[in-house]
Amino acid sequence: MMQTSRPVGLLGYGVYVPRYRIAGKEIARIWTDGQGGVPVEAKSVPGLDEDTITMSIEAGRSALLRAGVPAQALSVVWVGSESHPYSVKPSGTIVAEALGTSPWISAADYQFACKAGSEALTAAMGMVGSGMAQYALAIGADTAQGRPGDALEYTASAGAAALLVGAAEDALATIDATVSYVSDTPDFFRRADRPYPVHGHRFTGEPAYFHHIKSATTRLLSELGRTAADFTYAIFHQPNAKFPQTVAKQLGFSEAQIKPGLLSPLIGNTYSAIALAGLCATLDIARPGDTILMTTYGSGSGADAYALTVTDALLERRGRAPLMAAYLARQEFVDYAVYAKWRGKLVLG
Amino acid sequence: MDLAKRWRQKPAYYRLEGQRHRTSGEVRFPPQPPRVGESGEEWEAYPLRGTGEIYSFAGVRTAAPEYAAQTPYLVALVRLDEGLLVSAQLTDCDEAELQIGQRVEMVTRRMSDTGVDGLLVYAYKFRPVLE
Amino acid sequence: MPSMPSGAASWYWDKVMNMQPVYIVRSAATPVAENYHSSLRDLAAAAFHAALTGLPAAFDPQRIDMLYVASAMNSMLQRQTELGALLATTFGLVGIPALTVEASGASGGVALHQARLAIASGAADLVAVVGVEKVTDRLDADIEAARATSIDSEFEAELGLTLTSQWALLMRRYMHEYGYAADAFAPFPINAHANAASNAGALYRFGINAEKYRKATQIASPLNMLDTSTAADGAAVVLLASEPMARELGAAQIRLAGGAIATDALPLATRRDLLWLAAAERSSRAAMQQAQVRPADVHVLDVTDPHGIVAAMALEACGFVERGTAPRHAADGGITPQGSTPLATAGGYKARGDVGGASGVYQIVELVRQLQGTAGAAQVANARVALAQCLGGVASTAVTHILIRE
Repeated sequence: MMQTSRPVGLLGYGVYVPRYRIAGKEIARIWTDGQGGVPVEAKSVPGLDEDTITMSIEAGRSALLRAGVPAQALSVVWVGSESHPYSVKPSGTIVAEALGTSPWISAADYQFACKAGSEALTAAMGMVGSGMAQYALAIGADTAQGRPGDALEYTASAGAAALLVGAAEDALATIDATVSYVSDTPDFFRRADRPYPVHGHRFTGEPAYFHHIKSATTRLLSELGRTAADFTYAIFHQPNAKFPQTVAKQLGFSEAQIKPGLLSPLIGNTYSAIALAGLCATLDIARPGDTILMTTYGSGSGADAYALTVTDALLERRGRAPLMAAYLARQEFVDYAVYAKWRGKLVLG
Repeated sequence: MDLAKRWRQKPAYYRLEGQRHRTSGEVRFPPQPPRVGESGEEWEAYPLRGTGEIYSFAGVRTAAPEYAAQTPYLVALVRLDEGLLVSAQLTDCDEAELQIGQRVEMVTRRMSDTGVDGLLVYAYKFRPVLE
Repeated sequence: MPSMPSGAASWYWDKVMNMQPVYIVRSAATPVAENYHSSLRDLAAAAFHAALTGLPAAFDPQRIDMLYVASAMNSMLQRQTELGALLATTFGLVGIPALTVEASGASGGVALHQARLAIASGAADLVAVVGVEKVTDRLDADIEAARATSIDSEFEAELGLTLTSQWALLMRRYMHEYGYAADAFAPFPINAHANAASNAGALYRFGINAEKYRKATQIASPLNMLDTSTAADGAAVVLLASEPMARELGAAQIRLAGGAIATDALPLATRRDLLWLAAAERSSRAAMQQAQVRPADVHVLDVTDPHGIVAAMALEACGFVERGTAPRHAADGGITPQGSTPLATAGGYKARGDVGGASGVYQIVELVRQLQGTAGAAQVANARVALAQCLGGVASTAVTHILIRE
């Protein structure tokens, strides 16, 4: 278990989900004649003018608004993603300039499949917890792509979540402890310069997703001396609708505990953003004193588990920026043709 | 490739930073060099709030080459709450649902992709205020 | 007597009233067309030779003192600068002072204005003005990009705005402020198309009607295809002369009695009053004051009219109709050859074809026909005073000239 020498917490949070959706059935219409089930009902689709950077900017702005912290006070802007628009050139500096930070900050990009955002979060905890930084912004954002016709195409979606880490006494939720568990498990990867990832089908399940999430979560619970029942809410990484519900059940969490943070059935897997966004959506409805467990997962592989406690400050700050519900409400469905045009799947010559 | 130009434009393009006159309080956008009779020190950088209402809007169906792959798209004149007008694209909305006077807010979006070996250009657009 | 103008236009009054008179001695233009067989220099040469036709046999073209060339999009679409020297060479006038004038769509009017000043100052006796635009070598997106160079490149064009969409923004706001539907602007292109039928050099010689206007495809909504001009190829030439030279050539009939350039804030959003074309107002007032005419004295006019909204706003800015009333005036027949403000008698930008920076020279060629009574079915009865106005960008440059038949 990792704990900071100085208590830390979330001072603000912000989310982003694009306006557009494609229904799982619409993708199935193209590839399976509509036969069979779909892993999520719909997934978010980024507009032509959206990418990891633009979504990070909006989520970051909301996090700053909620915290009431001016951008100039930030010491850290870190963006975790598997879809950074540039292979070489940080997303972090663009996001920082758009937020209007001082140039005297640490800005960098993280990469760890769907866990890149939580890597940034853990590192931000270290920066603030060690006293190196007063305010650190950790963002997870992705415009994930699946190969046309591949199982991933149904779920790989777009979104962002930003968490502003600061001292626990100013927090709307304290982060009490975290555990990180990793191993070299090749369940999913994308070679440099390739557009779509490769995944190991059933191998992505038990030895990968389930083993890592359960390892990190049970270790955190045992070291804290708590059980699943001690948490008001829980969020697990959501590569589809089924895995998080299954792992929650195996770990002893109820449907009610994971419901507020379960977003994948509606927007798909926003990769680096999905677990963090689930936490934000949970904070949207949480009460002071509530306890939250979040375990993220990234292929390749690793899981980070966090224990949080909501404070009184949440009630005052929650309404300062749009809630997840506002982003979920503005859904505009597109068909596969529009989706293909927007996602660069048409050969334009 | 306009590398230096894009680098110069960051404050205005990324976060709608204009100028405010230090004594009169007049706000203007885009930032400009001093006019005849003014000194540069009279104006300070001033971040606009990015909220306002639609003064007029139009749908673009024939665009310059860098935007040809994005048609149709919407452009507008937006009356900012600071009182000035700004020209920009609208995003995340449909023309049929728009009306003059509608509240909009600034977002930073990817404008044009200058090719696989080119720079990505980010700048302000406006969208209907998220309820 | 007109009253003393105020503001930026006053220098015209003070300094231009004592200028030497200037006459239009010859004018000619090529048909406006998708002229795939002709290059820019072919077009310019054709118009130049046509302009010289009819001069006394003894006339030596080497007596032309200066050559002004107007083109808005040439450097973008043809990648050719220094058109002055190029066309002087083409015409066989190597050695004379020759230069290019660029003010976007107002280029032709500005070139004419500068040529007039050269003669009025006594520096020249005979000046050729060439307006030329060769667009069909390039594809539509390139033309749209070239047109967009006349709006603010950093804060309009590079953000996705186009010249056409800027006029569409003004049209929608105009509709909102004054309570018009989009088809209130239909009379402008309908009149333009009707008049073009009798102009052998027009791009579109067919009529349109309100029903077709309503059903037309949107180009930059609320602007539709039938309310949007088509860029095409063309060249026009006007020869200006001092009074002694005009008399020697036996062509001292049509006097360029007034002319003025004015500008407005180029970025549209920075204007105080977006629905008022301030440059059009300033330049038309100054030009009319020089010529000592009022709007009511003008028998026929030609304005920049790629869209009905542009013609409407120009009519208002020039003082022909009250603000907010131009569409009603057009609906009442006011802009037909029989109306009080005959517009686009050769088809205007919409039906004659949009020749970009050459438009200001085409306007002169067409209005000379009106003043000479040779405009055919679109002839305005007893036309003696004409007004030509061309705009650059979203009327950030305006040039107005008054032509009087003596």
